[in-house]
Amino acid sequence: MTQAEIKLCSLLLQEHFGEIVEKIGVHLVRTGSQPLRVIAHDTGTSLDQVKKALCVLIQHNLVIHRVHKRGVVEYEAQCSRVLRMLRYPRYIYTAKTLYSDTGELLVEELLLNGKMTMSAVVKKVADRLTETMEDGKTMDYAEVSNTFVRLADTHFVQRCPVVPATENSEPGPPPPAPTLVISEKDMYLVPKLSLIGKGKRRRSSDEDATGEPKAKRPKHTSDNKEPIPDDGIYWQANLDRFHQHFRDQAIVSAVANRMDQTSSEIVRTMLRMSEITTSSSAPFTQPLSSNEIFRSLPVGYNISKQVLDQYLTLLADDPLEFVGKSGDSGGGMYVINLHKALGCLATASLESVVQERFGSRCARIFRLVLQKKHLEQKQVEDFAMIPAKEAKDMLYKMLSENFISLQEIPKTPDHAPSRTFYLYTVNIPSAARMLLHRCYKAATRKVSEGRSHHCIHAGHGCRGGPAAGDRGDDHSP
Amino acid sequence: MAGNKGRGRAAYTFNIEAVGFSRGEKLPDVVLKPPPLFPDTDYKPVPLKTGEGEDYVLALKQELRETMKRMPYFVETPEEKQDIERYSKRYMKVYKEEWIPDWRRLPRELMPRKKCKKAGPKSKKAKNTDKDTSLTNTADVLKKIEELEKRGDGEKSDEENEEKEGSKEKSKEGDDEDEDDAADQEEYDEEEQEEENDYINSYFEDGDDFGADSDDNMDEATY
Repeated sequence: MTQAEIKLCSLLLQEHFGEIVEKIGVHLVRTGSQPLRVIAHDTGTSLDQVKKALCVLIQHNLVIHRVHKRGVVEYEAQCSRVLRMLRYPRYIYTAKTLYSDTGELLVEELLLNGKMTMSAVVKKVADRLTETMEDGKTMDYAEVSNTFVRLADTHFVQRCPVVPATENSEPGPPPPAPTLVISEKDMYLVPKLSLIGKGKRRRSSDEDATGEPKAKRPKHTSDNKEPIPDDGIYWQANLDRFHQHFRDQAIVSAVANRMDQTSSEIVRTMLRMSEITTSSSAPFTQPLSSNEIFRSLPVGYNISKQVLDQYLTLLADDPLEFVGKSGDSGGGMYVINLHKALGCLATASLESVVQERFGSRCARIFRLVLQKKHLEQKQVEDFAMIPAKEAKDMLYKMLSENFISLQEIPKTPDHAPSRTFYLYTVNIPSAARMLLHRCYKAATRKVSEGRSHHCIHAGHGCRGGPAAGDRGDDHSP
Repeated sequence: MAGNKGRGRAAYTFNIEAVGFSRGEKLPDVVLKPPPLFPDTDYKPVPLKTGEGEDYVLALKQELRETMKRMPYFVETPEEKQDIERYSKRYMKVYKEEWIPDWRRLPRELMPRKKCKKAGPKSKKAKNTDKDTSLTNTADVLKKIEELEKRGDGEKSDEENEEKEGSKEKSKEGDDEDEDDAADQEEYDEEEQEEENDYINSYFEDGDDFGADSDDNMDEATY
């Protein structure tokens, strides 16, 4: 983890959970897997506070525990998961666009609480929705449950690993920590609950929205003594599925920009059909036949089969290779090349960053080197038709910022500089990583600024910075 | 290193033309100071993307930040105790819901160990049977200690106490940890046992009010 990422983790944890949790979390991110006592000793915090902090972090899926040999339990932080906290508003907004207010609140509650049982989250969301409704109307639990089931079916929420039910089958002492397991088929299985009820409106005398002081408070506002039907089955938001959705959105908008609305709709249909069948890290989707695509097009689109075939041929022949043809059965089998598409998007981001930072002539040189892969300095000047001195200056500027790198090809075994070729090249993954690192640095600055100045654009700043660098963030393979 | 200075004149080890300077040309001046801290940029950054979606996301972020602070997961740093407790402090406490994690999913060592006399809601709700047995066990042990005190010296019962704690703890590897834990948390019991003076511990009986009083009455003057 780079220093910038660790600093950003620290700021995010502090903002969301306070200083104690931040101290423990950052220590774990820095040093990797550690047992409880070592954490307490190294950070200098009391054991009680370390325990509390670890409980909070584990609840929010930021730290996992593992039992090592000799019964020592070690805790490991997931740095990339901490960084995803930056994106919570975006996840919630996505849920809102797909499943309206109910979905939005469901995802919000799951993100805020880390893990919850279905009954608890449905009840809470129903209460919240009831409060926003007009007097006299209440939100039914059934409606909220339906939305929850839909979220589970489309894999936006998933079950957390459960404690295996051993039922005293193994002799000997119970382990110091449970090993949580989940099987693939159980992950999206919704328990059969009959949640009957309506949301409750909080009485106005109990409201404490602004945290005003209250002299005496009851310990439990609603203390249900009934057993919870789905006790032990916890749900969490499936962030990978959201990332897949963002990726799909980016590909569709790229196709819309490059071609037209209809082709983007076709690509959107193909992606929707492969949502559940293709894993999120697959290089290309499952092959889809032209007939299937025709049947699955959205209802409003009435293009004929022939026109669809023409569009598909056009998409497959495009030099960017977003869509590929993998066979001829069923009217033509087409796949979407996900990795290629993401690579193209990353490259486009890089080009646009170079253009905005250094100017269009630099951008021309950059695109030239991208296209020709390796070029000598003299060749760059010739192909780009830019005078030698300026070309040299621009190349060195880009070299110093690590957008372009040098490849040495020695002519003689002794690598004498006068007898070595020096070729300019663009290493796309490395440049994309550099850009991502810059984004994290910018985000750090914005978040810490926002804390000290209550600036409105805190956290929002990294979005527009290096143009569409965010996409590189989401999709670098 | 002498290098090649003696033989022939300064000869570059690489092809100078490749860099772009012809031989004999005046090389650019050496820069002797660091680059400026805020250099002028010719190209200004692109303005931020704005729109309905972005505004909504921004508002969400503000709201989330506020909501997080009121959740029970936000662990407040404990304030230092002031010398005089202010009367108004009691009425300015902000109400926060308490959160109790599901102990079945967490490692046992994360459970807070309360002193047995103050059996708090956490230990009552613990589903872990081990915890329960160790609690009752400690109560038994205390009774035993009192009996033993009447008979022998405190140190012996001390060992017995620790042994009992150690043997009842089922995981052998966690022995050292748990003993230390028990030693740390049950200071009260150890102090009672280790007092080396002439007073027999059972002689002085704690009144009913000893230890049961909370510190709420600190503002009343004690004489």
